[in-house]
Amino acid sequence: MMRDQKLWTWHVVAGIVILFLLGLHMTIMHLDALTSIKTLNPAGGEPIDWENVVARGRMLVFPVTYVLLLGAALFHGLYGLRNILFELDPGPGLKKALSALLVVAGLGLFILGTWSALASFTLARSL
Amino acid sequence: MSDSTPKEVLYRVRRFEPGRDQAPRWQDFTIPRTPGMTVLDGLWTIKQTLDPTLSWRSSCRMGVCGSCGMLVNGRARLACNTQVSELGYGVVAVAPLPNFDIIRDLVPDLAPMFDSHAALMPYLIREDAAEQEKPTGEFAQSPEELEHYLQFSYCIKCGCCMAACPTVATDPVYSGPMPLGQAHRYNADGRDGGFARRREVLSGERGPWRCHFAGECSRVCPKGVDPAKAIQLMKRELVWDYIRLRKAHKPTCVTPKPKEIRRRPDIPEAPARTI
Repeated sequence: MMRDQKLWTWHVVAGIVILFLLGLHMTIMHLDALTSIKTLNPAGGEPIDWENVVARGRMLVFPVTYVLLLGAALFHGLYGLRNILFELDPGPGLKKALSALLVVAGLGLFILGTWSALASFTLARSL
Repeated sequence: MSDSTPKEVLYRVRRFEPGRDQAPRWQDFTIPRTPGMTVLDGLWTIKQTLDPTLSWRSSCRMGVCGSCGMLVNGRARLACNTQVSELGYGVVAVAPLPNFDIIRDLVPDLAPMFDSHAALMPYLIREDAAEQEKPTGEFAQSPEELEHYLQFSYCIKCGCCMAACPTVATDPVYSGPMPLGQAHRYNADGRDGGFARRREVLSGERGPWRCHFAGECSRVCPKGVDPAKAIQLMKRELVWDYIRLRKAHKPTCVTPKPKEIRRRPDIPEAPARTI
């Protein structure tokens, strides 16, 4: 089992990454009137307009940040869930089983999410 | 006491006698209320006049030894440091500290707490054992260095923080606020060089990671120590250590005794020793 010092440190790092990327998301999606970055909303209008979504979808930086956010959010959330479950005082065997289950679930969700991000990138490029 | 103050006080005491009782039970005692009476005074009155079998731990009666930690009206406190008058005119409910097994009546089994305390090596760890045995000087510290750990050194190990901690209540592996606070007290001491050895324990499940920062430990501490702060500072140190950004320090060197020191003329000679 990994030492809690390492897990906690990565938990904090993941939290900072989430904070930064969510800040970026809020800036792009909701503060567009203030930032007015033409590259992100080339068609003008709302950031969720189809043309703007497709234009952003073609940029490599977006699937990369999606995957990064996904990884950070999954690790942060599942480690927090593990802590909550461990407070129910399971036995050592059950602790190992729960940790393994959460790792498998996290990896599965990460693969699915990564595939979705890459698929949307490929689709946007083909349009 | 004014004329309107009740002349008597009702104590509701949690009793448990192993081998006789299946589970703890409450027992009521009515005793005279006296001026300046502490919860501990009341327990002594009960023992001396009503029930000599009532058991608890106490020693100094002045909030120094930490023996008489108990749950008084739902809050972990020192019985000797709690005036009955500050609890109002209602019932004084006294129970053993929660989160510990009960040995008898108001006596909790503090052994697990002290086992965790000992596992975290609550003493100065240095290479120069010979210097510690036969000192040739002193480990000088600046007032700023002293401030890093001074408040944590006021802990009297009464166990009130452990009784108030919601994580200790649910997680038997977690060391708890007292042992962790004391581990930080020594890690933060400039004379100590034992961080790496304590990290062996602190980096695992017995470390500070399960703390929710509920802050109850600091709220109930009868000595005004802030164990919750110590635990957060310890987490920060361990995170910095993991990413190799922790400022390592060498334990304070021995400062030799000053030579040719002269007493200032305005300071009188010390009186002769009497022992």
